[in-house]
Amino acid sequence: MSSIKKSVSKLFLATIGMFLFGFALVPIYDVFCEITGLNGKVTGPTFSEYEDIGNREIKITFTTTNNNGMPWFFDSDRSQMKVKTGEQNLMSYVFTNTTEKPMIAQAIPSVSPGKGAQYFHKTECFCFEQQYLEPGESISIPLKFVIDPDLPADISSLALGYTLFDITKDQMTKQASN
Amino acid sequence: MSAVIEGHHDDHHHGPAKGITRWLYTTNHKDIGSLYLWFSFIMLFIGGAMAMVIRAELFEPGSQIVSPEFYNQMVTNHGLIMVFGVIMPAFVGLANWLIPMQIGAPDMALPRLNNLSFWILPAAFGVLLATFFMEGGAPNFGWTFYAPLSTEYAPPTVTYFIFAVHIMGASSIMGSINVITTILNMRAPGMTLMKMPLFVWSWLITAYLLIAVMPVLAGAVTMMLMDIHFGTSFFKAGGGGDPVLFQHIFWFFGHPEVYIMILPAFGIVSHIIETFSRKPIFGYDSMVYAIASIALLSFVVWAHHMFTVGMPIAGELFFMYSTMLIAIPTGVKVFNWLSTMFKGSLTFETPMLFAIAFVALFTIGGLSGLMLAIAPADFQYHDTYFVVAHFHYVLVPGALFSIIAAVYYWLPKWTGYMYDEFMGKTHFWLSFVSVNLTFFPMHFVGLAGMPRRIPDYAMQFADYNMIVSVGAFLFGLSQLLFLYVVLKAIFYGKKATGQVWEGAQGLEWTLDSPPAYHTFETPPNLEAGEAKG
Repeated sequence: MSSIKKSVSKLFLATIGMFLFGFALVPIYDVFCEITGLNGKVTGPTFSEYEDIGNREIKITFTTTNNNGMPWFFDSDRSQMKVKTGEQNLMSYVFTNTTEKPMIAQAIPSVSPGKGAQYFHKTECFCFEQQYLEPGESISIPLKFVIDPDLPADISSLALGYTLFDITKDQMTKQASN
Repeated sequence: MSAVIEGHHDDHHHGPAKGITRWLYTTNHKDIGSLYLWFSFIMLFIGGAMAMVIRAELFEPGSQIVSPEFYNQMVTNHGLIMVFGVIMPAFVGLANWLIPMQIGAPDMALPRLNNLSFWILPAAFGVLLATFFMEGGAPNFGWTFYAPLSTEYAPPTVTYFIFAVHIMGASSIMGSINVITTILNMRAPGMTLMKMPLFVWSWLITAYLLIAVMPVLAGAVTMMLMDIHFGTSFFKAGGGGDPVLFQHIFWFFGHPEVYIMILPAFGIVSHIIETFSRKPIFGYDSMVYAIASIALLSFVVWAHHMFTVGMPIAGELFFMYSTMLIAIPTGVKVFNWLSTMFKGSLTFETPMLFAIAFVALFTIGGLSGLMLAIAPADFQYHDTYFVVAHFHYVLVPGALFSIIAAVYYWLPKWTGYMYDEFMGKTHFWLSFVSVNLTFFPMHFVGLAGMPRRIPDYAMQFADYNMIVSVGAFLFGLSQLLFLYVVLKAIFYGKKATGQVWEGAQGLEWTLDSPPAYHTFETPPNLEAGEAKG
């Protein structure tokens, strides 16, 4: 009988272990994305300064998208610019709450091609920050970034896309459950 | 081992209890096996009815019978029921009936757990089917329930769906723990691992796969639940999560899952082919190693379901080559089945016909899988009817045919009565013709670009879809014939002998037909030189 008990407890532990492994996949996936630039995932603000400003010119395209049902006005000052690698650059984005009620939004960035994501350093940004706006309120937020001079030679242009999500409801649920 | 047998002293020479409580309280592996098989049979007709609705809607282009919303519910529940309610319970039922008899054990190692793991299944599917009568309708996001379709855009009944998946998962995990514990601890003396019948081997490996991946599925649906109700953002891009993460977690479960649905079939077919070839299986050892390597490889191929999500090229290449590698052990198995038949004294009873059809048609499904594994080509095939053709070829004339073959093969053993051979063969030929009529043309419309999961389609696909629908109706009707053959055998069949089939080898055939309620209370002695199954 004890050999059966031993088998069962081992298998039960394996089950629990695999359930936890399912959740462990979440951070593993994030780390994996960061290393490989999978999905064009970018990290939050990082400070980086380069002594040598390269002479390579990179074309940056800025795109903004409103997620399904998000009524705000959201756009960048310019849709394209040419920058030198290693140079500090500035771009600003306008957010306007066009509705009659206060709302919370969040913009999620993505860099394309994904391989270039890890060379796109933002020194100041609004990524992963929640934005609260009163009805009709408008705000302009700057984005400072540097393109790493180590950017692979076969990449001559990068696109930075932001998608704006309405997270008002989620924030409400979170507060309610707290 | 003797301690286990002593535990049964109380009901030693008693037959089954009478009435409904026999089935509710039973801890007998044969009773529970029958319950699983009948449950799966009923679900086959429910899931099949949904397939009939789908094919009726697709009989002609345009929207005619059901609304697109209801069509989506049909597609989703057809998939969920066939995977979790038909194929998996049928294999567990076969495992319950056969594993103790094949390894010479008196029962499963954990009989009460066995009862529980069956009886929570009807509850799970009751919950799932009840969603049809709730506000918002049944789940409509496909059996793969990709977020955010299954989270942000899901009907409110998604919570019931999550609960149902949790219960199904618990049932499978308990069943697997039982199977592994039984096989590792209760084999008759002298039955070493490499002497075990191949069905037992295939189930041992399947059970390990289930234990490895069902908890991950439970984790995935738990994350969905938290995203929907507790404000977390595992899969919500707006909160810093990632919907693609869902696909990775789902397919980390999902790919081993498709092998869970085919490995026991490999075991069944091996037994049937050796019996009707009157030769031991060719390359027993290589069969075992092939099953084991297919199972191991299944953990490193999952992203081939998601080539189009935008993976780095290295990822595409890795998953492409690892997927193609699976063709090698699978090829070994097909080679061994053919070599077993080669120069054998073949006869073609119904189980053999289904087994041969399995080998031929499963190989077609395997080859279209190989085509889908080619990452650059997959961009064309992805989410088309080609994929539908592929997985139906491995699951219907693959897994389902093997289950039907197993029922014909072991039914005389279970019930003590022979089925009607003529009706069985009629059932086979009707199924064989209609299954190909249903699924083969799907390759063509798929390659021509017809998308899956859509209730309407462009005019140029009309003729093929009509053929497919006719084939599907015929296949559906043929399975009613199957029910008739089974019932006729049980009530009016001729008495079967213990051996049943001339070439049958293995411990279960040394028992009477039907076997006594409790068998192998004294383990058989294999050292005397009885052959392996």
